[in-house]
Amino acid sequence: MGVAVEVEGLSKSFGSQNIWSDVTLTLPPGEISVLLGPSGTGKSVFLKSLVGLLKPERGSIVIKDTDIVRTSEHKLYEIRKLFGVLFQDGALFGSMNLFDNIAFPLREHTKKSESEVKSIVLEKMDMVGLQGAEGKLPGEISGGMRKRAGLARALVLDPEIILFDEPDSGLDPVRVAYLNQLIVDLNAQIDATFLIVTHDIGTARTVPDNLGLLFRKNLVMFGPREQLLTSQEPVVRQFLNGRREGPIGMSEEKDVAQVEAEMAALEARGGDSHNGVGPKGASGGEAVPPQLTPSEGLPERQAERRRQERVARMLHEFDETTQAAIRQSLPGELLAQADAGVFAPTAGQGGRHWAPEAGASATTVLPRSGGSS
Amino acid sequence: MSTSEEPKAPGLLDGRFSPTRPLAASGNLFAFALDVLKALPKRPFQLREFIQQAWFVASVTIIPTALVAIPFGAVIALQLGSLTRQLGAQSFTGSASVLAVLREASPIVTALLIAGAGGSAICADLGARKIRDEIDAMEVLGISPIQRLVVPRVLAAMLVAVLLNGLVSVVGVAGGYFFNVVLQGGTPGAYLSSFSALAQIEDFWASETKALVFGLIAGIVASYKGLNAGGGPKGVGDAVNQSVVITFILLFAVNLVMTAIYFQLVPPKGS
Repeated sequence: MGVAVEVEGLSKSFGSQNIWSDVTLTLPPGEISVLLGPSGTGKSVFLKSLVGLLKPERGSIVIKDTDIVRTSEHKLYEIRKLFGVLFQDGALFGSMNLFDNIAFPLREHTKKSESEVKSIVLEKMDMVGLQGAEGKLPGEISGGMRKRAGLARALVLDPEIILFDEPDSGLDPVRVAYLNQLIVDLNAQIDATFLIVTHDIGTARTVPDNLGLLFRKNLVMFGPREQLLTSQEPVVRQFLNGRREGPIGMSEEKDVAQVEAEMAALEARGGDSHNGVGPKGASGGEAVPPQLTPSEGLPERQAERRRQERVARMLHEFDETTQAAIRQSLPGELLAQADAGVFAPTAGQGGRHWAPEAGASATTVLPRSGGSS
Repeated sequence: MSTSEEPKAPGLLDGRFSPTRPLAASGNLFAFALDVLKALPKRPFQLREFIQQAWFVASVTIIPTALVAIPFGAVIALQLGSLTRQLGAQSFTGSASVLAVLREASPIVTALLIAGAGGSAICADLGARKIRDEIDAMEVLGISPIQRLVVPRVLAAMLVAVLLNGLVSVVGVAGGYFFNVVLQGGTPGAYLSSFSALAQIEDFWASETKALVFGLIAGIVASYKGLNAGGGPKGVGDAVNQSVVITFILLFAVNLVMTAIYFQLVPPKGS
């Protein structure tokens, strides 16, 4: 089972330029989260901070009881072995062919024999659909293949947290659809914690369990996907519907009067649901489309049940539309338990909604099969 | 939030001309050098990378070095040839030429080439990897780029510098001999027999020590600049440019210091 990433009050500046401040969120173990945000809001900086490549000035990032903002360089290298990161262009080593690229972490970190290395590498290449491309150099293959090769390399050390930096950038919609399916399938197979940074609203609507949005140097919202998809927050609505009307401007913030005028005009046309189709899959008003499920023949996502229990616990915190959307995704027995008040409020847990409570029946029946840790 | 924590609006200078900026830059470079030294004894030693890099640095420096060493030796021979004739000390032409080549010309030529050809190649290579996120990817895979990439490169630069220094000495002295004897009509016997009249074996060791230190500095500066490249392809170009300039300045300064120390430690022959 993947590990949780708890980010608390994180702030980062470059010189006098503040990137974002006071970001607090928790990536629940084994779940898929998507972080959205207009270009230039520091999403990539956030990813790099998570793996300790950049040092935020304030706040903490706790993984397995280690605060990676303040830990030693030596410990950081140990913690990083838990991570797999897919960089924007794959970040493959240009001088090595795909096989050597993917074998690189194994050869550096393990004492596996060359035949073991070969079988693991071929297995991972098979997983991402790159059979037969072992001998190609990164310069000789397409962007989509580079991304998948980068993903295979991120997977060889069996990471517990996988970070994706814009997996959809530079890919056509069909390849993005395949890649999204691959991400869900991988999550079902390895049950690691996923964080995807993207601009693609289609991905954000269908792939994740949790959604977040960075804007104006702050984390506007982070929570179960239903929370953002049904949110009435103007920034969230504008971003998810890919329209010009709203607080996000081309380069700067707009003034309030202009935003209000735009919103009135939008309402006059019939609101988001009549606004047509936005770019990058941004459309659909406040509908909550069904989540992608693993391909046939793969095991169920273990995170699904964990998430349902977690969300059932926090049901009372949301407004009515969000609650209604979440209720549709929950099985009847959990709903019954939630309505019967079995779940005590977990506000004191600092947002850790999967934290087991003493005596609560729901946690005792948690199906944690396969979770060895 | 207190007022001091408010983000400041970017000013005109924005710290760009702050008096502490050069201090911070040299401090960072020095800290990087310490990191490299700390990573030096760490196992596993990257033997493959070391051999590849030594071969690579040698291949980009050997021919230019030889081509620079020949005219360098010749210039010294020409200058000395006329000078010794004016002073009436033709019999010492050979020894003076050896001394000049060995003590100064050869470390300087080595410094120029190891910084200009070897260092710039190392810096460009690492810089290109940096802007393509390869270095970040390596760190994320839990591998220290300093240990994996920088240490073998610095050691390779040191080894090649020492070997190049030997090459320059030989080629320079041979070039001097050729110009003095063949072109200026000097006597071969006198030239050869005075070889060791002034120069001593300590000169050779000092020369090689200089080359070793030059290789170290060139390797560290090139790696530092390469790993800190940023801002796309232009950033790499800038990094290479800065690395060569900084290395030149440092090498000439260090050369002065080492020469001064040498004269304090080793008495000249015959005194």
